[in-house]
Amino acid sequence: MRIGITLATAGLLGLSMFAQAQDEAPYITLASTTSTENSGLFDAIIPKFTDSTGIEVRVVAVGTGQAFEIARRGDADSLLVHDTEGEKRFVAEGYASERADVMVNDFVILGPAEDPAGIEGAGSVAQALTRIRQAEAPFASRGDDSGTHRAERRLWDAAGIEPDGAWYRELGSGMGATLNTAAGMDAYVMADRATWVAFDNRQNLALLFEGDPALFNQYGSLVLSEQRHPHLEHDLAEQWHDWLLSDAGQRAIADFTVKGQQLFFPNAP
Amino acid sequence: MPVNDSENGMPQHDSALATALAMILELDPTLLGIVMLSLQVSLSAVLIAALLGLPLGAALALWRFPGRGVLIVALNALMGLPPVVAGLTVYLLLSRAGPLGEFGLLFSPGAMVVAQVMLVLPIIAALTRQQVEELHQEYHEQLHSLGLSRARMIPTLLWDARLGLLTVVLAGFGRASAEVGAVMIVGGNIEGVTRVMTTAIVLETSKGNLPLALGLGIVLLTLVALVNAAAHLLGETARRRLG
Repeated sequence: MRIGITLATAGLLGLSMFAQAQDEAPYITLASTTSTENSGLFDAIIPKFTDSTGIEVRVVAVGTGQAFEIARRGDADSLLVHDTEGEKRFVAEGYASERADVMVNDFVILGPAEDPAGIEGAGSVAQALTRIRQAEAPFASRGDDSGTHRAERRLWDAAGIEPDGAWYRELGSGMGATLNTAAGMDAYVMADRATWVAFDNRQNLALLFEGDPALFNQYGSLVLSEQRHPHLEHDLAEQWHDWLLSDAGQRAIADFTVKGQQLFFPNAP
Repeated sequence: MPVNDSENGMPQHDSALATALAMILELDPTLLGIVMLSLQVSLSAVLIAALLGLPLGAALALWRFPGRGVLIVALNALMGLPPVVAGLTVYLLLSRAGPLGEFGLLFSPGAMVVAQVMLVLPIIAALTRQQVEELHQEYHEQLHSLGLSRARMIPTLLWDARLGLLTVVLAGFGRASAEVGAVMIVGGNIEGVTRVMTTAIVLETSKGNLPLALGLGIVLLTLVALVNAAAHLLGETARRRLG
């Protein structure tokens, strides 16, 4: 009871104290993934959108599972995530009014440079994962229900392996934190290429397997439904969504490079 | 934000300190914004928590009522409230789907203040209760011979305990400026809007940019030390002037 009153008071004080922040430029809140934020993609493309429309985009970068949850509760106007199945379910459930493919990047398998499981030169990602399983080499999994974690679980599934045992370590962390840990314990790890290329604390980690089409990672943009949450900035979110799919947006994505490498490949319909 | 571009990604031993120094000397505007927001949020939270917690703690020291013991234990236990739990609670309250959703406070500095108040208030209230209670026992007879009511005793006792209470408030400030779990959830670490020192450190760590992360940590520690030094000077001056 007392805490309730306290919180309400503090909330109102906070509201009045930061009230001037509310009537700045129009903005939308975009829930997206750590991979897009950590690689620096948003720093490269959002200013171009803001220049042409005057709309600010405030990015909350979390795992895909949490991004869906934030949107479901009506706390974000737009989503940019990478879990096509989950995205389509989100539209079917009526939380989002639109969804479109925006771009792809790909996952890579990293591991200690000596490659104890011998996955370099494996014929497919299924074969690479099978070799890791057979060698019982340590594998660091995100374990956080993010888009990358969901993709990784699907790949184990497709290879017919139920990953369990001491060699399979679920960390429950973001991509960067998982890479830090994997580097520290000489484990194999699956990461999106964008985070890997931009990542600085590699230690003994090396890129060991890439290029299987099963590793392609599709990003989709969703506009949240105005029926579910009437308070949302639906029109502004619509402009952001349209811009991402436009020539200008797609060009901005293609132009973004880290250390000379293009990381995201636009593929809007 | 300045980026430390080490060729092979292996940080030099002294580069965190060098990064911190360079950041402070260059007065990088992004860093300055983050520092200002950190101070603004944490100082607001401590101010609100002190305004509520000091009288609350003093009242708890003076009044006897059923359930008082339970309340004291609960307050002491809340000093150990994990920031991430405070953040989650405030998130659920302020979310559009939550009871206070219509204020639209989530992912704003205001939400971060609310979360930090929740963390700091138990510390200030519980420690104030303990200090005022000791003081009250000491001056019990004088205060009663003056015929003061309990409500009138509160300002007197708080004023007499002010030097000890300054440390209490500083402990609250330490808690507020050091925590990351709550502000990450309710603020969202949005660049230029809700990114503070601690969430910036988490972000740089996850990018594997360890020297920059550690450099930011050194800047934060310096900042907290400065605030503490200012409070210490204030306390010393007061002590000397008032004997």
